[in-house]
Amino acid sequence: MSDRPTPHTVSTPQESGPGALLYAPAPESRAVVSLRAAYGHFIDGEFTEPGEKTLVSVNPADEEKLAEVSVATEADLDRAVAAARRAYDGVWSRTSPSERGKYLYRISRIIQDRARELAVLESLDNGKPIKETRDVDIPLAAAHFFYYAGWADKLPFVSPGVPAPRPLGVAAQVIPWNFPLLMLAWKIAPALAAGNTVVLKPAETTPLTALAFAEICQEAELPPGVVNIVTGAGATGRALVAHPGVDKVAFTGSTEVGREIARTLAGTPKRATLELGGKGANIVYSDAAIDQAVEGIVTGIFFNQGHVCCAGSRLLVQESVAEEVMHRLKERVARLRLGDPLDKNTDIGAINSAAQLARIQDLAEAGRDEGGEQWSPPCELPSRGYWFAPTVFTGITQAHRIAREEIFGPVLSVLTFRTPEEAVEKANNTPYGLSAGIWTEKAGRIPWTANRLRAGVIWSNTFNKFDPTSPFGGYRESGYGREGGRHGLEAYLNG
Amino acid sequence: MPDTTGPATRAPSAPAHSNAALRALLDSLPGVDEAGVHARVADLATRSVKTTAKARAIDLAISMVDLTTLEGADTPGKVRALCTKALLPDPTDRTVPPVAAVCVYPDLVRVAVRALESTPVGVASVASAFPAGRAPLEVRLLDTRYAVADGATEIDMVIDRGAFLAGDYRKVYDEIVAVKEACDRSDGPPAHLKVILETGELAGYDAVRRASWLAMHAGADFIKTSTGKVSPAATPAVTLVMLQAVRDFRAETGRQVGVKPAGGIRTTKDAIRNLVMVNETAGPDWLDPHWFRIGASSLLNDLLMQRAKLTTGTYPGPDYYSAD
Amino acid sequence: MADTATAPEPASTAPAPAPATAPAPVSRRLPVHKTYKLYLGGAFPRSESGRSIPVTSSDGAHLANAALASRKDARDAVVAARSAFGPWAARSAQLRGQILYRIAEMMEGRRAHFVQETVDAQGIDEAPAQDLVSAAIDRWVYYAGWTDKIAQVLGGGNPVSGPYENNSSPEPTGVVAVLAPQDSPLLGLVSVLAPVIAAGNTAVVVASERAPLPAVTLAEALATSDLPGGVVNILTGRTAELAPTLAAHADVNALDLAGAGDLATQLETAAAATLTRVLRPEPFPDWHALPGLARITPFLETKTVWQTVGR
Repeated sequence: MSDRPTPHTVSTPQESGPGALLYAPAPESRAVVSLRAAYGHFIDGEFTEPGEKTLVSVNPADEEKLAEVSVATEADLDRAVAAARRAYDGVWSRTSPSERGKYLYRISRIIQDRARELAVLESLDNGKPIKETRDVDIPLAAAHFFYYAGWADKLPFVSPGVPAPRPLGVAAQVIPWNFPLLMLAWKIAPALAAGNTVVLKPAETTPLTALAFAEICQEAELPPGVVNIVTGAGATGRALVAHPGVDKVAFTGSTEVGREIARTLAGTPKRATLELGGKGANIVYSDAAIDQAVEGIVTGIFFNQGHVCCAGSRLLVQESVAEEVMHRLKERVARLRLGDPLDKNTDIGAINSAAQLARIQDLAEAGRDEGGEQWSPPCELPSRGYWFAPTVFTGITQAHRIAREEIFGPVLSVLTFRTPEEAVEKANNTPYGLSAGIWTEKAGRIPWTANRLRAGVIWSNTFNKFDPTSPFGGYRESGYGREGGRHGLEAYLNG
Repeated sequence: MPDTTGPATRAPSAPAHSNAALRALLDSLPGVDEAGVHARVADLATRSVKTTAKARAIDLAISMVDLTTLEGADTPGKVRALCTKALLPDPTDRTVPPVAAVCVYPDLVRVAVRALESTPVGVASVASAFPAGRAPLEVRLLDTRYAVADGATEIDMVIDRGAFLAGDYRKVYDEIVAVKEACDRSDGPPAHLKVILETGELAGYDAVRRASWLAMHAGADFIKTSTGKVSPAATPAVTLVMLQAVRDFRAETGRQVGVKPAGGIRTTKDAIRNLVMVNETAGPDWLDPHWFRIGASSLLNDLLMQRAKLTTGTYPGPDYYSAD
Repeated sequence: MADTATAPEPASTAPAPAPATAPAPVSRRLPVHKTYKLYLGGAFPRSESGRSIPVTSSDGAHLANAALASRKDARDAVVAARSAFGPWAARSAQLRGQILYRIAEMMEGRRAHFVQETVDAQGIDEAPAQDLVSAAIDRWVYYAGWTDKIAQVLGGGNPVSGPYENNSSPEPTGVVAVLAPQDSPLLGLVSVLAPVIAAGNTAVVVASERAPLPAVTLAEALATSDLPGGVVNILTGRTAELAPTLAAHADVNALDLAGAGDLATQLETAAAATLTRVLRPEPFPDWHALPGLARITPFLETKTVWQTVGR
């Protein structure tokens, strides 16, 4: 790829004074990334020739084509699953646990070695800011492999009362576009540590870091077939999940698709882990550390353009401080820098796809139609690419669509409450149950609230923090099973 | 008094004069979550200021330096040299702006004033029994009056941390008010008062925020982190909390107060991180030597070296700049 | 509800022989037969449908009429279980254990009654029936001991990077619909029900269709054991009629398919619509085996709480 000038840099208008002088464009170089024009699948340790039917992966920041990837056919899937089965029977299940762990350690190290390249590639393919890929996605992906590497030879300690757990076999893994490489790590690391082999399908719009990961598997000399990567869209994912040769399904994505997968697996012996949607409540009590709460609100909904299943998309703020919090929040949001994802000073990057942008626009329109008051800071959007300004809706009740449906974009719905009981009731008044936030300086109120929230991950005085040791996953229609930590391994082992 | 450039037009609210009233006032401030402050600092530290932006930032930082010497061994000769450097930081490059002020002990104010007469560079003096502040109030006031009489345009005083930590807010408040009065001068505008919180001796960020508000209510023109004699001095997190305090104080009272981190800021990178924090916390209104100072001694040479690197493309060695 | 349980019968009372098989002596006292009803929200109502179904022993003799629960009864049971869930989950773990132990005590007091019902239902001799009842009682004792250990064994701190405390703890998933095993009307029932409520869930149980009487008698033990009303709700009737309603019910959080038989796939498909957790049936369950955590963990969620650390 040629090293082109950055397409878009936007400075937000409040910086017309001396502050405007402080930042110049600081683009990360694209030269570190080299892409092929077209990719096949990664099956049995080798890249196949690009298929006849392809998808184009574009840079959502400028709509330029990055590469073509192949759409897997039934035959491709059969070969991938067969390769995984052969590797499971012939190699991986016969590899000593400590040696399995060492492959994972190697992979972790290579991800660290290639961190810059992977960060730039992820930003290009996804549209998220380089500071997030550099400081969050890629380091966490490496950390996940490092963490699970150490589990490989300690499986008798995973589940109490299960001294000799057995792997499940071949895992079919389907991952989303919001954290492409990180979700790959969440899926592949525990599966391999537990002794399974995998066939993974990255998302249609963000396949490139998964294909780079395939190269990393080669570099790590991972036995052929242990990891197979097939590309394609929803139909490919459906076919992979339904493939009779797989023993385990792990999926992260929408609740709609999650339901479909659960139906597909009914009556089969396949086990499933589903990480689905959310409509997380971020509860700000009147005694909160306001400045940090405002940071947490911003992190909660604008991190990764709001393309986060555990986003704090519903702000529940205690009425007595609502005005002050909103004032500070708007001042803070006005300082967010939207623009070129590769610019090191960009806080808000591009929306991942035209389809996602349309959905966000639809729901914002619904918010306006239902009487919500929409606010965004003055913010010039680049003319090419997919962009949506950070947006705050006030005048919202639990009945509004934008307070109920997952938007998966940089759109915050603000509601108020008067009592802790009301906060909990509103927070739980959703079919989802993935995440929630609690902001208070009162020690006892944190567990009081946390105990009552029906959500799998609760952040107190922080938000959107992740760690390989920390189990992640939802209650209710946010899915089932946990990823991360000891719990994450249980999904890949039989008792 | 500095201009009031804030949006609000309310008069500064003078709190009632009892400890209880002051405590109620300070306790009403929102708490500060330490992990959250550190996370924000770390986030702001990733801002990349390069090329043209870096050149502008370096010049801005130079113009904000309070070039400081506070050693027992200070001599009139050393202070004169410092003043020369303050006016013309890089004798080989006259495009380098002068620093904001020199900062010296009271007995050397007269030397500095003479050297800087009719120049834009101010003379700041640490007065009121610097650095511990452990002297009777009368002594501290006399110390201040002498420095002002000798021509100091800025006075840096340190609060009584013991009284603050013991909850005797009234004592701290009254002393600031008294020193502020001692900054008055019959023959001209009063000296600006910078109130040093000595944050390294305050326990945590809640105390930093409260001490900031106490000092501002008592009339501080600037709030300053540290004497430089106590470690830790100006950590980025402390500066961030103080920047939030001046922002909030202006919103509430309409009066703008300056911030001066001092001690521990040694490199251009440190200085630029401070400017980023100013810009994104208090806001661009504070990106001005009237409202933000950096108390430092060795920082200036690093700024000059980085500046030379940007203009000439090569790094000069430290020996190209005077060591004082 | 006005309709309440019959008083616990003395252990010496034999189950009613089929009436009218022999003319009673003039002086003989006419026994008072138990009416087998549903157990809903702590009360013992008949089916709202007014229907009942005759229950026969394994050799075909009429034993009693049981209530034939309707879909409406099933929905009412879910409502009762939902409203009982919060308070039950919030009870201290040890108090839940004490209540489960109390259930064992109450069963022991009805031992003879359970034994006779087991003999009738399963067509076995008294000695093995005694063993089954003992195992069922001991199962409550086993799970009574689990209640305050689950969080310690399954939860704990996670050593995350950064200034954070991070703890994961298991929590009950909510309302669990339990299709009790068809062929093990007492031990099988207790084996699937006890772990569900030990973990803090509340349950809607569909009793063994063919042999529902032990389930109703168990309900009487539950009702006299300090178990809050609504924590366990027991429906008797046709599994095929009730189970689809429960499987598709959006307010049911989990589904134990132990007694689903051929319906299992259909029910799992229905449950998918609301991501209801499903415990699939085992092909050859051994209800005598010590279960460990295997029937507890499917009905738990893991909640992970982060908290900042600072002065």
